[in-house]
Amino acid sequence: MSPFIQRRHVLGSGLLAALLPAALRAQDDQTGGDPLGSMQYPSLREQTIGKAMARFSDAVMVKGPAFADDAMNVPLLVDARGLNNVGGGVARIRVAVDRNPVRQVLDFEPLRALPMLAFRIRMEQASPVRAFVQTRDGQWHVGSTWVQAAGGGCTVPGLTRADGSWSKTLGQVQARFFNNVLEGSRRLRVRVMHPMDTGLVAGIPAFYIEDLQLLDSTGQAWWKLALHEPVSENPLITFELPPQAVPGLRLIGRDNNGNRIDAEVGV
Amino acid sequence: MKHWFCLAVLALAGSAQAQSIAVPPLMSKSDMAKLNYDLQPRQIAEGTWVIEGEVADFSRANGCNIINTAFIATGAGVVVINTGPSRLYGEQQRRAIERLTREPVMRVIELNLHPDYFFGNQAWADRPTQALAGSISGMQAEGTVYADNLYRLCGDWMRGTESTPAREAVMPQTLQLGQHRLELRRLHGHTADDLVLLDHRTGVLFAGGLVFAERVPTTPHADFGAWLASLDTLEQLIASGAVKQVVPSHGPVHTGLAGVQQTRDWLQWLTTLMQTSAERGLDLGEVLGTPVPERFKRWAAQPAELHRSLTQWYPRYEQRVLAAPGAR
Repeated sequence: MSPFIQRRHVLGSGLLAALLPAALRAQDDQTGGDPLGSMQYPSLREQTIGKAMARFSDAVMVKGPAFADDAMNVPLLVDARGLNNVGGGVARIRVAVDRNPVRQVLDFEPLRALPMLAFRIRMEQASPVRAFVQTRDGQWHVGSTWVQAAGGGCTVPGLTRADGSWSKTLGQVQARFFNNVLEGSRRLRVRVMHPMDTGLVAGIPAFYIEDLQLLDSTGQAWWKLALHEPVSENPLITFELPPQAVPGLRLIGRDNNGNRIDAEVGV
Repeated sequence: MKHWFCLAVLALAGSAQAQSIAVPPLMSKSDMAKLNYDLQPRQIAEGTWVIEGEVADFSRANGCNIINTAFIATGAGVVVINTGPSRLYGEQQRRAIERLTREPVMRVIELNLHPDYFFGNQAWADRPTQALAGSISGMQAEGTVYADNLYRLCGDWMRGTESTPAREAVMPQTLQLGQHRLELRRLHGHTADDLVLLDHRTGVLFAGGLVFAERVPTTPHADFGAWLASLDTLEQLIASGAVKQVVPSHGPVHTGLAGVQQTRDWLQWLTTLMQTSAERGLDLGEVLGTPVPERFKRWAAQPAELHRSLTQWYPRYEQRVLAAPGAR
């Protein structure tokens, strides 16, 4: 092919793309406009937020390791503070993974906490990880990252399941505040002992914490969190709360077998 | 008092910051199409050769040949040290040795349980393969997991490789072989059983996995406190004048204390980072983003090896801080 024809060819295809109506191109795009180019994105979006549309947004930061060295404990950071002044602020954050056998990870209502969260998940293979963030005006915004993994995290038993020690510690809570990790904020780190079985290991049914919330002494929730199977064993979750210490906080929750979690969270 | 002690340790660590060690160009040019490691033994002392691996992380391009193996022709038979990452490596290692010496190989010694120390053992099935007893149990327990991992990372280079642990437990002892007096010592910390071999004839110290040079130390079986204590022991040994050259399992052959100091500097930095980060309340995901100090940046396998270490060990530091009574 002569250089001339090659060039004309390139020009021509560019022109064609420009002339096509945008809607038609979006229809052709089986990734739903996903900047990470994942064919699973459209179905993931529908599973996560239904028929609503979501705007890809740099204001939603999702950070994972470049490579998941431990596929059973992949650390993720989600930070939607960039949307604090958009659409009335953040109402909820839903985290989902394109290529996990169980794709929904968690659903977080920050309420009085900052719209950010750190936690660990299991990954079965390399995949995009998404945070769908709904602002109070009902709009959805989505941030993504790509995590490489050797995988296998969802289909092997966790350590305490493998050695049987989970039953001795089930539902125990460790919680601790840390001041000024972020300026003007109080960090709360919570660890709840639970095997968080995915149901994908032969002979071990799904067994996981479904709900967690932080309540004050008047019964007001400071944040609410719904968890799903991919959250790692003995979940360790990091929240950012207002700087003033509040006495009488409790962590309340339950798992899918009805076991209750109820623990004081010291000042 | 405790505070003072910490300050003193920090000051010492600062003053003992390790010098860099020249990394010579790799002599072997591995050929992926022919699965040829092109092993080039290099003589470093009387009767003593090393076969240097690339100072790097495992990759298909380097055939996962990142380890230094060695052999000593003692006059009363050859002692082979470590057999490399694959069956193929072991076979090519054996041919390379047989090209250089007519002495028969009397024994093959593996310095710890990690796969690149013993995955070439299939090529040495007719010779005694030896390691510390604890290393052998580890090889038996973890061999198949190692194999899965290396097949994934190294691909075709692994063809036909099966984990074949050392068959004979060796005790710490001094062997007189020909003119060579070989002192075998058991230290620990990089793994639970780290064999170190000092050839008193040549002053060559085969330091195994306790010393890394110009490469981020691997820590899957580390006990950091014990490792640091073992480095002190090695420092005394080197300072005593008995050691003329140090052969680490990963990184260039060198003289003096530079490798010991680099390894110590790294382990102290890493453990301090984990402790202080956990006390501040940082999450693993945040700690993974820690910039590496300038003096470590040029090291091979950076930052992948740092990330592996943090992913494995940082959760224990977090858990200790969360479990500590008297939460703030």
